[in-house]
Parts: sequence; structure tokens; C-alpha cells
Amino acid sequence: MLLAVVAAIAPARDLFRDWRQYQRQYLRLVHGRPDAAQLERRFSGGIQQIWIPDLQVVDRCTTCHVALKEANLADVSEQPFRKHPAMPHSLTEFGCVICHRGQGPATSSQEAHHATEAWEEPLLPAKYMEASCGQCHLTALRGTPVLNQGRQLLERKGCAHCHTIKLADGTAVQPTDNPPPLNHIAEKTTREWIFAFVRNPQAYAATASMPNFAFSDDNARDISAFLIAQSTPSGYGPKIAAMKAKPFTPDATSLPEGTSLYGQSFCASCHAAQNAGGNLVGGDLGPEITRIGSKVRPEWLQEWIRDPNGYDADTTMPHYRFNDKQVGLLTNYLLSKTDSDLLANVKLEAATQQQIDHGRALVVENGCAACHKIEGVKKPENFAPDLSREGSKPFAQLTFPKGVKPSLPDYISSKIHDPRSFGPNLKMPKYTLAPAELDALSTALLSLTDRANSLPSRLRIASTHDSRYEPAGKAGRLISDLRCLSCHRINGRGGDMAADLSWEGSSVQRPWLVDFLKNPNTLRPALIRRMPKFNLSDAEINTLTDYMQTVYQSPAIDADSIPAGSLTPQLVEQGRQLFYSKYQCQSCHIIDPKQDKGYIGPVLSQVGLRLTPAWVFHWFKDPQSLRPGSQEPNQNMTDEDARALTAYMMSLKTRAKTEAK
Amino acid sequence: MKKTVMLFLLAVAMTACTRHDQAPALPTATARGAALVEVSGSKQVQRIGAALDQPVVLQVNDAQGAAVKGALVKLSGTNGTAFEPGAALTDDSGQFTALVSAPGQAGHFEVAASTQSSDGKTVEIKLDEMALGYEQLLGRQLNQQFCNRCHDPESTTERVSNMDNLDPKPHPFSEGDTLNKMSDADLVSIISHGGGALNKSPSMPPFGYTLSKSDIQALVSYIRAVADPPYHAPGATYANK
Repeated sequence: MLLAVVAAIAPARDLFRDWRQYQRQYLRLVHGRPDAAQLERRFSGGIQQIWIPDLQVVDRCTTCHVALKEANLADVSEQPFRKHPAMPHSLTEFGCVICHRGQGPATSSQEAHHATEAWEEPLLPAKYMEASCGQCHLTALRGTPVLNQGRQLLERKGCAHCHTIKLADGTAVQPTDNPPPLNHIAEKTTREWIFAFVRNPQAYAATASMPNFAFSDDNARDISAFLIAQSTPSGYGPKIAAMKAKPFTPDATSLPEGTSLYGQSFCASCHAAQNAGGNLVGGDLGPEITRIGSKVRPEWLQEWIRDPNGYDADTTMPHYRFNDKQVGLLTNYLLSKTDSDLLANVKLEAATQQQIDHGRALVVENGCAACHKIEGVKKPENFAPDLSREGSKPFAQLTFPKGVKPSLPDYISSKIHDPRSFGPNLKMPKYTLAPAELDALSTALLSLTDRANSLPSRLRIASTHDSRYEPAGKAGRLISDLRCLSCHRINGRGGDMAADLSWEGSSVQRPWLVDFLKNPNTLRPALIRRMPKFNLSDAEINTLTDYMQTVYQSPAIDADSIPAGSLTPQLVEQGRQLFYSKYQCQSCHIIDPKQDKGYIGPVLSQVGLRLTPAWVFHWFKDPQSLRPGSQEPNQNMTDEDARALTAYMMSLKTRAKTEAK
Repeated sequence: MKKTVMLFLLAVAMTACTRHDQAPALPTATARGAALVEVSGSKQVQRIGAALDQPVVLQVNDAQGAAVKGALVKLSGTNGTAFEPGAALTDDSGQFTALVSAPGQAGHFEVAASTQSSDGKTVEIKLDEMALGYEQLLGRQLNQQFCNRCHDPESTTERVSNMDNLDPKPHPFSEGDTLNKMSDADLVSIISHGGGALNKSPSMPPFGYTLSKSDIQALVSYIRAVADPPYHAPGATYANK
């Protein structure tokens, strides 16, 4: 009897589906518009479906969203009738749910948009939409700034030290932060400082990359006891012992000289410090040095400035060739940067064996060795959950503390923001993240879906990784010792702070390179970060320039294609006119500092001494082919114009005295 | 039969009883003012769905213009806009501060704030904000890479704008008074071919060989989005019914 009633009602249910109502509503909306006939002709009633078998897409969204492609309806903002805004892919090629999630085959808006008992994937909120791009696009895209930032943060915040994070192409995210080794830490700092830092890293430096583990005073005491106890002598060992006999005496009178040496050495390109106004000034490649004087031991600091390699072979810090006087000046300056409040209340009794043992247990339990090298503690394997499918984590596995909306994006975002709110025993520490960083990280994790792994691999744009390029021989050892790759990129490996040097040999003239390495000056007036002076010897400079001139050559540039004799004075004059009138290059470049004001591109007053004619010609023809992403627009120049401009450039050989400020 | 009817009624009763979202109780106003003014927070630009960088700060004043503490301010807005908090009492300095998240649809959106005045009327002000969709966001990226160094009216020591060095000065993209008069085709043309080719300043170089058509379209879309006063696309608009 009951069955009969249900069977009779079932077809009738379909009559009340909301899509019928929406389609009627749409026809009423369209009716009476001047373009009604057109719109009505393009409308087709009943259930609509986009079916793309190899993507497993069965999307009926267009049953209610009837006007997604109607350019005429740009003025309608009411849903579900709104036109879809501009997007990089076509609806017919990808459907809806690959980007928006939700349940494609559903025929009621409730089931399509929200999680139900049978379907736990609701629509993805708009602010995380770039996560969907990341299912196929495993490389950075210009249109997905949030996803790009999130992926970078996964590397830079060191998430991958503890978590396994594999992209859909099987490559694992590699951490790019460089936590310091702790196996010689007793040489570097005091137990008191370790205690204070472990208690609250951000109290020492707001920008400290170590997260806050919220250790109690007792636990911080025991960890500091263990870290001092496990410390072994580094390569500095004997020198430090000798220096301890003769303690470093601060010298207030040489502070100005030390300050200016710090400036000239461009330490601030990597290290930030708070200025008198409380603003942080400087780069973030190295640690903040605002309170460095309260941290490091004077004898360690001197050796570190002399040669960082002796303490940490993996550091990004270059080996400057400072003389004894310079080492003294910098040490004196850095040690003056103290904070008397930092360690004022830290009083530690001598450590007991029991405390040391407990400290070791805490270090193991909290996975400190996942990031740091610690004597006698192995790097833990699979210390934290695998996040490779975090974007499809089943709802049944999620727990929600009070106040968190029960959805996967909110779970991920809250968990990163405050892990311990999910349970006081959770090991994950608290990171200091700006709201935008939190969104970005959540977006990157939401892109790691089951779908990303099941989509046909032809759609996948594989991730790019740094190459394993190692420069060879004597020059290679110098390049490594100077840590050129901390800032420069060569052959697919290295930093992005400074220019890519892969083709430097095709680009610059040898005498200029020699001069530059002796005394690096800035090429771009608007740049604050500059190449430091490493105090290289003539022999070292020769080795480097020979290597760069020979090895870092572009196959696209033939050095003999523009013979010097072909650049006649007439051509120079023609180029000068093109420069100032037709192309107005002075808008961005300066040749004559009295007259030109362009503040964007490099100063060109001595470009004829710096660049090779073949490189300059090639640059005029297609700048982006030499430096992808260069701001200099491609002007589609004729060969004649490019040749004349090259002639003019090569004639500019004024050694400007006022160039660098 | 009776049983079936009973079951049916029970089911109806159950569905009727579930799903009544209880709105959190609003705080009770301890004072009322006469006017609601904006302190800061309007005309921000953010990507869809994300929180605006700066909070919205409003102040309740009495008839004499003095700040009123304890007045209830409520926020409402375009569907999908989120507020934290959506309603609260003004603090000691008579101010109300809330974080606003942009809705999921690109375009201008309104944040409406209201308070009850001492004579029982509702005083309301509206703040205009902007949410950027995919295309405008792409345009913003391109702007930062290629355009902003000359078109940015603000110059800082960290990033010096080239605008002051140029004559004639480039138009900032927010300059709606000028740019709104240009059609999309005009903008595409000047970006592609440069100023020189169109009898405008040759300081503006052509970007048609550096950027793709869709890149340039994205830039136009971004320029339209940040125009102040707002840009209205030409052509017939029909009343929404």
C-alpha cells in the first residue's frame, strides 16, 4: 500500500523541481526586452547537460543557469541568470564542477550547491577559486597570484619539513627555508637566549620564521639544557677557544664606521632590522638582526663574518673576504644591536641530567629534527600527516572546534591559523601569518584534490623545479663560496633577487665585468638592493670573468653578427634621433643626467662599455626572449632601426661619476 | 491507512521544525545618535570573496557632532558580502569597526550601515567597494608588471613612480573622469599601438607585441574596475525585474 502511494507520487515530485520554476522565471525576465526574440530562440527548456566523458564531467548546472553565455545579459546581476564573467577556459570544454565543485548531475539547487548525506563536496567559495586552477596547472600562472603565493609559502614556511606534500605529477614540494643546524649551537649563542627564543620566537624577532610551540617555562628550560649538552665543536672550534681568552671589547667610537661598512656591504639586501621609527627595513633572505647583539657570542660572530662555511656548509650567506679590521667593525656594530629586556628575567640554574634527558625527549616528541640538524637525533620520517590529497579530505575525518563553520575550506584555514584550537595535544605549532597568507596557503592545499590525480594527464601542466646545476672547476668553487646562487639564477637554479646570469657572457664586455666585480655599482637608479662588494682578489676576478665569458653564452646570439666597423657615425646619429624622438626611450632611461629623467630602466650613459653590440641588437628586436618578463616592451622594430639604436648605444661611453648615489 | 497518514504528518512536522537558523542576538543599544559618518574603509579594491585589506570604520555622532558611545550599528550589503561583526555597539570613541569580505561576484558592491537615531528614524550610509574577478585580477598583475611604474600617482622611496618625470603626465588608472570617456576599443588601441601612433604622447610605448590580446583585454577590464567615478558600460540597460 505504502509502496503504491510512493510509486504514484514519485513522478509528480519532478514537477516541483526548482529548475522548472527558474526556467519560467527566466522567460518572464526576458519577455518584453527588445532582444527577447533572440534570447528566447537561444533558450532551450528542460534538463540541460554538459557531458565530457574523459573528464568525468556530467554537469546539469546550465538547466538553471540558462544564460551563462548570453553576452546580451551583461546588465542582469540576478542569479541564476547572470552571464558568466570572463574566464580562461570554455564552458563546453571543462564544464562547471571542475572549477566550482558541487554536484554536477544534481537537479535541485540544494543538492547541486551544498553537501548532503550522499554528496559531501559543496561549492568552493569564491575566495579559494584559484585552487581549482591548481589541479591541472602545477606551475605558477600569471592569472593565479593567490595560488602561486600559497605554493611558495608551502615551500618557504617549511611545511614540507614535516608533511609530505605531493603534487599530482608525483613531484614532492621541497622546503626552501634553511633552518640553522643546532649541532654546534653552544658556540653561537647562550642557553639563556635559546630558552627565550624557544619560549616565544616572535618576541626575539617579529619576523622569526620558527613558529611558536607554546612551550612552558620548564619545557623551554629542559630543551635549552639539552641543546647546549648535545652541541659539538664546529670548524671554528680551536679559534673560538683562543678568542675566549681575549674577550671582545665594545668600542662606541667606531660604531659610525661599522654602520657605514654594514651599508656598503649591502647586508640589508638579505637581513632586515628595525629602524628608529620601528619599521622593518631590509630583505628576508637571512634572519632579522634587530636584536642580534642579545643573541650571538662575540667570538662566534667574528668567525661567522670571516667565513660562514666553517660553521654551516649549507648556509645561503656568502663568504665575504673581509679583513681583520672590517670583521672587527662589523662585529662591534652588530653587537651594539641589543635589547636589554629580552633576557632580563631569564635566570637558569645549571642543568641536571634529568632535565637534559627530558629536553631530548621533548625535542624528539616535537620533531625539532625535522627542520634542524641535532646531534644524536635523527630526522623523523612521516612526522606529520600527508597533505597530498588535503583538498579532498573526507568530511568524516574532519573535526571542528566551536565557532568554525563545518566546511573543508574553513577546516583547513582554521587549522593553519590556530592548530591547537583543535585540541591542546596537537603538535603543530602556531605560525604568524597575515590573513592574505592564510588564504593563499588554504588555496594551495585545496588544490590537492582527488580529481587532480584522476584527470587525464594530457591536461596536466607539470611543475617546474630548480635544476641541479653545479658550476664546475675552480670558478665553480668560487661561485659556490660566494653563494652567487643565493641571489642569481644560472641555468635553472638559484634565487630571483638579482639578474639571471645564464647568458651573461653574451651580454657584457669583459673589462666591464672585471670592473664591476671589483666595485659593484648599481645600474638601476630605483633599486635599493644591490650587489655587495666581496673584496675579491684580482686572481679570483680573472677566474670568474674567464669562466662567465666562456661558459655563460646564449646559443641565439652570434657575437660576430654586428662587427664594430659597421656602426658608422651616421648610424649613431640616426640612432640618437630614434632614441629621443620616435621611441622616446628617455621616458624610462637616463643617458644625460642633466636632461633625461627616466627612472625605470638602467642608466645608459656608459652602456657602450658594458654590453656587447650583438646582445643590444637582439635586445631591441625582442627583449622578452632574453629576459622573460622584462618591462621593456617589444616595439616590433625593423632591423634598420635596431641597428641604428645599437650603434648609438655602443657610442655611449661616458664614465659618469655621479651615477651611483 | 491511518498509520500512513500519521507517518506523513510526522514527516511534515519534522521538516517544519528543523532548519530554523537562529540569528545571534543583537546587543542592545545604550545610546542613540543623530548621524552616522564614515571614518575610513570605502573605495577599497579586493579580489572576490576575500577580506578587504582595511576594516570599515564608522562613527555615530549626536546632533552637536560629538561622538556617541553605545549606539548600535548594523551592516548589510550585496548578497554574499560578509561582515565581522555584522552589528555591534560603538566603542568609547563612538566608533564601530568591522572587517568586510567581498562577495563572490565581481563588480562594485555596497556596504550599507545603519543606526537608529534618537528621534526614532533609521540613519543609513552606503560605502562603495570593488571586487575583482579573474580577468580584472589578471589585469592588476599586468598593471604591476608593465604599467604601474609610470601610471602610479604615488611615489615611495621603496618604489619610485616615474609619473612626475614625464610630460605630459600619464593618466592614473583610477582617473575615471578622463578614462571613462574612452571606449574599450580606444583603450585597446592605445595600449597596443602606443601613444605616438595615435597622436598622443609618444612616451607611451606600444605593448601589442609584448602582451597578448587577452592580456590587453584584462588590462582594460582592470582599468574599468578601478575607475573613480565608476565606469558604466555604454549601450542599452534594461531594468531588472
